[in-house]
Amino acid sequence: MNRTERPARQRYVAPLLRLGALAALALLWQLASLALDTPVFPPPSRVLALFITELPGPLGWHFAASLWRVTASILLAIVTAAPVGLVLGQSKRLYEVTVPFISLLHPIPKVVLVPVILLVLGVGELPKIVIVATILFFQILVLVRDAAAAIQTELLTSVRSLGAGRRALLTFVYLPASLPAIFTAVRQSIGTAVAVLYVAELFATRLGLGYYIYLQGSTLFDYPRMYAGIVAMSMLGLGLAATVDLLERRLCRWQQTT
Amino acid sequence: MICVNEVSFGYPHRPLVFQSFNLVISPGETWAVIGPSGSGKSTLLLLLAGLLQPQAGLVTAKGTRLDRPRPRTSLILQDYGLLPWATVRENVALGLRIRRFYGPDGRHAPAGTRLSPLSMRMHVDHWLERLDIGSIAEEYPGHISGGQRQRTAIARALALEPDLLLMDEPFSALDAPTRENLQNLVVQLAAEASLTFVLVTHNIEEAAAIGTKILVLGVPPNSVADTISAPCAGNVGYRGSPAYQAICTCLRQRLELATASNAGSPQAPVFGSPNHPGGDGSTGDSRYESH
Repeated sequence: MNRTERPARQRYVAPLLRLGALAALALLWQLASLALDTPVFPPPSRVLALFITELPGPLGWHFAASLWRVTASILLAIVTAAPVGLVLGQSKRLYEVTVPFISLLHPIPKVVLVPVILLVLGVGELPKIVIVATILFFQILVLVRDAAAAIQTELLTSVRSLGAGRRALLTFVYLPASLPAIFTAVRQSIGTAVAVLYVAELFATRLGLGYYIYLQGSTLFDYPRMYAGIVAMSMLGLGLAATVDLLERRLCRWQQTT
Repeated sequence: MICVNEVSFGYPHRPLVFQSFNLVISPGETWAVIGPSGSGKSTLLLLLAGLLQPQAGLVTAKGTRLDRPRPRTSLILQDYGLLPWATVRENVALGLRIRRFYGPDGRHAPAGTRLSPLSMRMHVDHWLERLDIGSIAEEYPGHISGGQRQRTAIARALALEPDLLLMDEPFSALDAPTRENLQNLVVQLAAEASLTFVLVTHNIEEAAAIGTKILVLGVPPNSVADTISAPCAGNVGYRGSPAYQAICTCLRQRLELATASNAGSPQAPVFGSPNHPGGDGSTGDSRYESH
């Protein structure tokens, strides 16, 4: 096998493996559904058929609402946490002073803040976005702070010797250096963010996958539709993860090995 | 060009590295700074670059006090200081982009030098070709060899058209043929541009081959500039000449002495000069001069 064949083969192997894993999951689901034989656990074929027919209709609107909320949350978390992380990473003293606060606040499961945020911010879109953003906030803050702090002094000295002041260092060094940390933080937090989005969408809304799943499962007892909502939520997480991967490949090309 | 006047400097909670230290570097001179680890070689370079400020005394460049990096000084560090996320081309252009970022304010960039994107690109292309790295212009530093990284750092430094080039152990991580090749290239480029050039090294052969003036630092605090003159250094065929060998021997002795004590030498020999064996007009007479 020569050097040019290897990457081409690797390009096909990974998607095929993923498809295989999905097929295995569907098969297990089908077998479990047949074995249990209960309306609470419908077969994947029925759920998938419903998912396809419902997606251009009501399910699509719920999906779009959830996608908007989680995207807005990610952007809100980035624009608030990344600057704080960059500042803390540049100052050893600030870093040390804030470590106890961050260590105390970071592990708190943000879902417990849902009632507080709803009470403070009301029942509109904003509290749902803020709830999910709080999950990403600390993750981005910590990773960006550590990325900024890890920039080698020699690199900073070298760029300063080219005439860079604080603003140029931020533009040419700190911001690009923190990009991989932002992508890593977002990727790590997508699962939790989507899970908490479900909880946030149970309150004071009639739009969103959380509302859809709860309505179908607990009020209408339409389990195939409930599972179609769950599949849509999984697709939301998968799509976000794929988007983050794609953006990271585009914007952090230097990290790719030859 | 550069004047170090009664400079004292030390890092917090540590003994002074320099105490009432004086040094004069004339325009166009090529200096090598050598000394044992911890002797203050890199500290001196950072003082000359305006990146460190002395606690007493002052460092001036062309008569102006250095209280920040000056636009016409370029510094190359041991690990090259390349941005890992920028391609070779972007790295070479970095200094120029920083100048465009601030505009010709006289602080971050020389006053009155406004660069258009086109002229910047042409300028970068010129240095990419001059340093023979045009073929890897779109590669990232992590994907190229150490020698190519060093060439990129040199291109980035020279693209700013400096009048003072400072290098801190720039060749230490390279294999012997690449090192010698780049040493010759840098000396040639510095001569072409009439640069004042200061090279910090811990390598005796490198200091002897490049420095027409060699400063030997000892155990801190350094208060006397122990210098050796070698006017023929950098010339074709100089390496391997008796004068070069004599310089290497002398440096070895000086370093042993410098490590043992920091008394400093009031006398500095001139090698490869008409008055020294191996010089153009060897007389067998060794001359010493005070600095």
